[in-house]
Amino acid sequence: MITAETNGSGPDAHAEVERLYGTLFLIRRFEETLLDLFSAGKLAGTTHTCIGQEADAVGVVGCLDPARDVVVSNHRCHGHYLALTDDVDGLLREVMGRVGGVCGGKGGSQHLHAGNFFSNGVLGSTVPLATGMALAARERGDGGLATVFVGDGTLGQGVVYESFNIASLWGLPLLVVLEHNGYAQSTPSHLQIAGDVEARAAAFGIATERVATTDVAVVHEAAAGAVARIRESGRPYFLVVDTYRFSPHSKGDDFRDPGEIAGRRELDPLVVAGERVRAETRAAVEAAVEQRLADAVERADDAPRVGGEGVAAR
Amino acid sequence: MSVRCVQALNQGLHDVFEARDDVYLLGEDLLDPYGGAFKASQGLSTRWPERVLATPVSEASMFGIAAGFALRGYRPIVEIMFGDFVTLGFDQIVNGIAKFREMFDDQVSVPLVVRTPMGGRRGYGPTHSQSLEKLLLGVPGLTVVAPNECHDLGALLAAAVTDDAPVVFVENKLMYGRPNRRPRNGQVDEFAVVEGGGRYPALTFSGNGFSGADATVVTYGGMLPVVLEAATELILEHELFTEVVALGQLLPFDLGPVLASVGRTGALVTAEEGTLTAGVGAEIAARVQAEAWDDLRGPVRRVAARDGIVPAARSLEDEALPGVEDVMREVAAVCGSRT
Repeated sequence: MITAETNGSGPDAHAEVERLYGTLFLIRRFEETLLDLFSAGKLAGTTHTCIGQEADAVGVVGCLDPARDVVVSNHRCHGHYLALTDDVDGLLREVMGRVGGVCGGKGGSQHLHAGNFFSNGVLGSTVPLATGMALAARERGDGGLATVFVGDGTLGQGVVYESFNIASLWGLPLLVVLEHNGYAQSTPSHLQIAGDVEARAAAFGIATERVATTDVAVVHEAAAGAVARIRESGRPYFLVVDTYRFSPHSKGDDFRDPGEIAGRRELDPLVVAGERVRAETRAAVEAAVEQRLADAVERADDAPRVGGEGVAAR
Repeated sequence: MSVRCVQALNQGLHDVFEARDDVYLLGEDLLDPYGGAFKASQGLSTRWPERVLATPVSEASMFGIAAGFALRGYRPIVEIMFGDFVTLGFDQIVNGIAKFREMFDDQVSVPLVVRTPMGGRRGYGPTHSQSLEKLLLGVPGLTVVAPNECHDLGALLAAAVTDDAPVVFVENKLMYGRPNRRPRNGQVDEFAVVEGGGRYPALTFSGNGFSGADATVVTYGGMLPVVLEAATELILEHELFTEVVALGQLLPFDLGPVLASVGRTGALVTAEEGTLTAGVGAEIAARVQAEAWDDLRGPVRRVAARDGIVPAARSLEDEALPGVEDVMREVAAVCGSRT
């Protein structure tokens, strides 16, 4: 119940909100750094940033137990990955194609695996994958669960509903987090989604909750409730978070009204959470992140490229 | 007394369930007394109710669920009722199951087995009779195994289950009902048989005790009895001797036994039940011609189904699918004679 804590004044409450803010800021600056590296010609390929949506990753993953819970993510996965692993170097080098990347440069931006984290690039396919991981958690009986992050565009994929059906039918500890940012790539939701989003899961007998927020504390509270309920009941849960993406779908492919984006800036999760962090602490947290990223970029830049001589060097 | 192939497979499933408690079976209509549409899974749900998971009609998800389950340390077997329905799982197969190991830099393996019946000659019509193995052969990272009625079916199944690679295990529908004709003293009926090496060995047959042959026929699965019958007829009617190589493993390609046989015979015919274009035979022909050009007297020839549907009416199905005469004709052609 981070909301209660963050509204309190004890030292623990402050430490917690500062920690969450630090992760939000790390993800934001990491992805802005990636976009800068693209502009500088130091990155190739593609990337999908979650700038504006960081509260989902930090709030949800913060409720999980990295030792037994699994996170399955999608093309927009950097935030989820960093929230679970804090592996800045491994991710940066992976995206840059340098030795030391978490998947040896083979996966790149959207195909990541480390520990209990998995992401893949085809929308929808990850939901049955996470359902199978939830089945493994159930069979292992260690109280672990599988969390899968999807976006509203993925609601168009049929396998999502097959998996909802099976997860409910079999009683699987599966947390489906829908990061509803209102767009599937360039197409707004009203051209994509008919009917009621929550009802889609509810129809399968899955407990459902919807929060419209970019407040990491609110997401954290909702997710904590969902996780507790899954561990207690062993049943799936559907958590919808209405959020907003400031960044383009990928890089520069943004045709939204700039006024619409500007109008959402006051709900920037960094603004919302940052107001609760003491000014001097905030400056220190941000400076530490900036230094960490600058060092990581320097190290990655110095690391050999994977393949050829890079492989020999490894 | 030999058992029927479906019984041998069923026994093989019971054996792997007995041996390992990380093996699960997922699929449609698996529960006793039904025991799967072709009865290969009978008895499992009674003995291990907690490890036989009867699924809804959701093949596309079933592949993904099995992949997630396998990534987390289990060894699922997925039974897909008809091989034709494997198409529903292609996203998971192509973009997940077959990729994860390499894509995640060898940090993971996906040890799952997809068991599925392929093949026609039962009048099931266009969507329940196909041999779609060739669609799977273009997927790097996958292992495709296609046993025939002379294989040790239980051993191949156990090998697939303990394989750390994802395996599609193709069971021919007609094979189910036929006797499992294991070689005895190196013979199956009038054929001498040599079993190759590896997890999924090829079987090489000779109608004259490997005392010299005019051509090699490479085949697999349900085409083996068709090809063996053709081999017998070729001896009786044309005094043409063949070696028949029945592959156990289709992917990754391991053509050692084929090249060895072609080295002895100098001619090759490929025989498969799937359609001709871009088929198994096309890949084998390309590889053998590249590696054994000097051994070959002429081009490799292919026997396959015509490029079209497998019609429902038995008379039309017989016309569409390759038969004994087709094999005889192509063998005679590579031997420079006519049937």
